[in-house]
Amino acid sequence: MSDALSAGALSEPAADPSKGSLRILQLYPRDMNIYGDYGNVLVLKQRLAWRGYGAEILEHNVGDSFPSDVDLVVGGGGQDSGQVVIQDDLQSVAPTLRGLAEDGTPMLVICGMYQLFGTVFRTYDGIDIPGINVLDLETRGGSERLIGNVVATSTEFGEVHGYENHSGQTFLGDGVSPLGTVLKGAGNNTEDQYEGARYRNVVASYLHGSLLPKNPAVADFLLRTAAKRKFGSFDDDGLDDSLAELARKHAAERPR
Amino acid sequence: MNPLPVLLGKIVRIASRLRGGGSALPGLVVERLDPGFMGRALSALPHGVVVVSGTNGKTTTTKMVVELLEGQGLSVFTNRTGSNFTRGVAAALLGEVDWRGRLVADVAVLELDEAHAVHFVKLVPPKYSLLLNVLRDQLDRFGEIDATTRLLERIATATTGTVVLNREDPRVAGIASSLTQARAVYFGLDESLRSTFPNDDELRGAEGTAPAAALPADVVLSAVEGDSAEFDIDGLRVSTGLRLRGVYNIFNAAAALAAARAVLGGAADIDRLLRSLAAVEPAFGRGESILVDGRPLELVLVKNPSGFRLGLKSFDPAGHATMIAINDNYADGRDMSWLWDVDFDSLGAAGVDMVSGARAYDMALRLKYDAVRIGGVEPDITAALKAFITGSAGQPRRIFCTYTAMLAVRRELSKIAKVEVVS
Repeated sequence: MSDALSAGALSEPAADPSKGSLRILQLYPRDMNIYGDYGNVLVLKQRLAWRGYGAEILEHNVGDSFPSDVDLVVGGGGQDSGQVVIQDDLQSVAPTLRGLAEDGTPMLVICGMYQLFGTVFRTYDGIDIPGINVLDLETRGGSERLIGNVVATSTEFGEVHGYENHSGQTFLGDGVSPLGTVLKGAGNNTEDQYEGARYRNVVASYLHGSLLPKNPAVADFLLRTAAKRKFGSFDDDGLDDSLAELARKHAAERPR
Repeated sequence: MNPLPVLLGKIVRIASRLRGGGSALPGLVVERLDPGFMGRALSALPHGVVVVSGTNGKTTTTKMVVELLEGQGLSVFTNRTGSNFTRGVAAALLGEVDWRGRLVADVAVLELDEAHAVHFVKLVPPKYSLLLNVLRDQLDRFGEIDATTRLLERIATATTGTVVLNREDPRVAGIASSLTQARAVYFGLDESLRSTFPNDDELRGAEGTAPAAALPADVVLSAVEGDSAEFDIDGLRVSTGLRLRGVYNIFNAAAALAAARAVLGGAADIDRLLRSLAAVEPAFGRGESILVDGRPLELVLVKNPSGFRLGLKSFDPAGHATMIAINDNYADGRDMSWLWDVDFDSLGAAGVDMVSGARAYDMALRLKYDAVRIGGVEPDITAALKAFITGSAGQPRRIFCTYTAMLAVRRELSKIAKVEVVS
């Protein structure tokens, strides 16, 4: 093997979920799941299991009633057609999502859902699609698709690695801060150097790949926040992330 | 007509073959010098042109259609080397035409990449097209799967005779409504097999978007049992043994039968079609088996989530040593997200002995989150293959690999076993 791996890197022991369980809500997995977004949920679930916590994975799809007692929210990217399908339902649950975000519920929203969490999406043809106003940012449809590997640097999470594929260009307002600054790739738009957005405990990003497997610091921020809110503490045993480290290192060396 | 561009193209073709170079350059030369060359050569064929496109299974399906038609006595021109871009077709033509640019064949069956097919049909409107599926693949090239659907729609609307559509893929079946000049016929699956072949919406979205099962299909795959299959052809139940491996290939056999029937019309001899089908060998890297140390080694090409899922479902890991090699070159797709749309639980019991390729660590990380045991990780394919073969002495072996990883694996294997090397 060309890179040294510890024995623990290749497998983690399964633990008994005796420390309690987190309720993780996936937003619209049926219509917004295009870029391996399931990976984010799997990573949250397994990192809880390895530490002795359980995870209850909930789904909210169009027409469902919104579940109660949600500890963590995950939303993914969709095709333009998927975004149209969920539009009305999303507007109807918008007050609930705003309430959860204001209250400090940790959330991860990627790509299409990131755009919809903003104030407005102005399409390339000049039509305004309202967002749900969780995040102070707006997106404008672009003529160019921004595609490729991205490395961003964040004061909170260190280097963030992922892959972008979007034509909407997002511009941050004063009410949010960027998730990071791009070192490689475009990020939010072709004008400033920002990637993603941060507000309270919401992490928003264009990056899939999936995002969380190669960025365990982001995964653990979401889990720690949710666990502390629910249980008052988080048993934050360090997991062996050497495999993720190597995946990050090799990804960073690949072409854009 | 000026024969010079054809002659020049032929010379470049011979020269680049001698150099051991790629197949596209001679196509480029003749395209530049004589843009009408391909259209003239192909439009004179008595049975016209059949275009095969879609995300998964183009190469094997094209091979099947060719062999089915040859079995009925037709002389068939095809782009055999898997060069499925317009230029590759032009290059393959140069090898077959006479010096005046004439092609002696009854029909052309061409595998075309979705994006290049759109360009091709503008130059040469096909008489038939066979559209297999639209699955998430190469989103870094096409952006969205709905965009891929629109590419296939443009192939269908340019088709003059018959468009053969997958009834079970809602995006493909829906193309029928856009047809103005061609008629649509379908191939499909029996109800009992539908859950084995998830369409793209069913990958993660719980219940399936049920297709219009009421659409009458010309050929239906009704049962698969080991290496034999049953089809309903025009209402008649028939069965045959198959050398093809993998359920996805067997579904594509239904596609190939429907396409062959479209071309042959009433002249098709069903018994002979089935005999031809039974004799089709897998295309390279599509479940073919190579002998290494007297034990079989199977190569399974994986390039998108549904292909990988079907590959895992088709080949039982028990008793096999397994290696996975994932590259992220342009032809593989740079985005690794797709690995997270595949479940690897089925490998949990047997584990994976070696993980390799430029994105070996992305793959290993994926397996770790499905709690699959990993024997070793080695990004370098040459070193990984050596360690894998040494470590699995006496066992049958299987390697799942992306396109360019497969080319690298074949080059290495050719040093120790009899393997067709494709560049």
